[in-house]
Amino acid sequence: MHNEHSDTHFQTRIDNGEHIEAKDYMPENYRKHLIRQMSQHAHSEVIGMQPEGNWITRAPSLRAKQILLAKIQDEGGHGLYLYSAAETLGVSRVEFIQQLQSGKAKYSSIFNYPALNWADVGAIGWLVDGAAIVNQVSLQRTSYGPYSRAMVRICKEESFHQRQGYEIMAKMMKGTKDQQAMAQDAMNRWWWPALMMFGPHDTDSPHSSDAVKWKIKRETNDELRQKFIDKTIPQAELIGLTVPDDKIKLDEKTGHYKIGPINWDEFYRVIAGNGPCNKQRLDHHIKFHEEGSWVRDAAVAYKQKHSTKELQTV
Amino acid sequence: MTKQEAIYKYALRLGDDALILGHRLSELCSRGPILEEDLALTNISLDLIGRTQALFIYAASIEGKGKTEDDLAYRRSENNYGNHLITEQPNGDFAHTIARQLFISSFEYLFYSELEKSKDETLSAIAKKTNKEIKYHMQHASDWTIRLGDGTNESHKRMQNAINDLWMFTGELFEMDEIDAQLLPEGISVDLIPLKTNWNNYIKTVLTEATLKVPEDGYMQTGSRKGIHTENLGHILSEMQYLQRAYPDAKW
Repeated sequence: MHNEHSDTHFQTRIDNGEHIEAKDYMPENYRKHLIRQMSQHAHSEVIGMQPEGNWITRAPSLRAKQILLAKIQDEGGHGLYLYSAAETLGVSRVEFIQQLQSGKAKYSSIFNYPALNWADVGAIGWLVDGAAIVNQVSLQRTSYGPYSRAMVRICKEESFHQRQGYEIMAKMMKGTKDQQAMAQDAMNRWWWPALMMFGPHDTDSPHSSDAVKWKIKRETNDELRQKFIDKTIPQAELIGLTVPDDKIKLDEKTGHYKIGPINWDEFYRVIAGNGPCNKQRLDHHIKFHEEGSWVRDAAVAYKQKHSTKELQTV
Repeated sequence: MTKQEAIYKYALRLGDDALILGHRLSELCSRGPILEEDLALTNISLDLIGRTQALFIYAASIEGKGKTEDDLAYRRSENNYGNHLITEQPNGDFAHTIARQLFISSFEYLFYSELEKSKDETLSAIAKKTNKEIKYHMQHASDWTIRLGDGTNESHKRMQNAINDLWMFTGELFEMDEIDAQLLPEGISVDLIPLKTNWNNYIKTVLTEATLKVPEDGYMQTGSRKGIHTENLGHILSEMQYLQRAYPDAKW
């Protein structure tokens, strides 16, 4: 019989397709990998509220305003589930937030790009959430139970987000010349960063091999990116948007699109902190977190006072 | 004024209240003191924009000039807006946001409970739906007022300041103008005068539990129902209406 606390037993469970639960034995590096990945995922949801939030007060119709509000609320809600799921690994939300604010933990680099015109709200839904879904659908089968279950819930809402983003783009492409120009401008700015969301090529990805062995990651960066490309290019063509890559070619044999080279220098530069909004996004998070500290203190003080009072009356 | 015109204006300004307060709360997205509260505030905003839409669709149909709810929201200027002054006051610190919510939601609860009985079926139906949401908004604001009032010294001070600062905008909530008066005998509008006592009692109960003082009634600012606003509304509209005004031929 295997020792239940051995790495061999753990790997056998993984290979049998079992879910690992919070109290089960797991190798320390598996735990570390999950903490990094899940907190990064949670932070991305929360920081991702900022670029779209930038347009809530300027949403051009009551319907658009409601959809955008509901969508951003969903993202915040995903942040909450994911923080809770990640807390099962023994790190608290307070610590996660400290790690985010100190720069120790990352969030998806895509949110370091600005949302400059209304079509950006469409492009974020369609391309950014579209890319995220490809990844998240795959993560529904991830080996860690709490993460997998969070992903199942999240995927249901993300597909609605992607549709609403595409609907904005389609509407604008049917609209005035100004609207078409806004949509194309947004497409030009979000296409490449969206492709970078899947991370470096498999040959250059530092985290992939263990993650695949442990079935945290079920498909590789390049496989997922290709799915996104194949799904998205026909959608762009359908509404008359030009994909900003003159090297795109459909490979008739494989049915896959080939794209031009991705600018990895830009990817690493933005990850390292030098993107258009890195400083702005973190500063914003820190500013409102700090401004809220007296509110959190008050809530704690009130609770303490009243639990003491209750004890005294018992 | 014909009855139709009066109902149009009545529905429109109720929509304005919801739209402007909803807009103010939507400004708080990603700015809450804690993620849960960020979601709660934008959720209230979402309820309010939904209420606006229902009221504007009704107003537009009564006006009968083929306008949409978006024409009413995005193509009117400040002096045609009839929202109460308190709805357009800045979010300020969290205590100000909560004080504004407390005053408005408790007024709205009393108001919409009466409007549920309106002989105008559409207004009555909207009131029934919206009042379910308002109960939650009122609970949320009351809970926070109590927590902040009876929390730390700092939160107590901030909450009392916010209550004091916004008090002067609560008087006009209970003012009756010619539209209210015209629709009252028809059983359509709400008589605002009797609501005042219940509102005062509710506020007093919450503030007392929160260890806060009820301000003395002093100067009360008014004018919103006549289209005379504070300087805040112009800024809200210039931001909110930007795309519709800059690209008047576009559909969104």
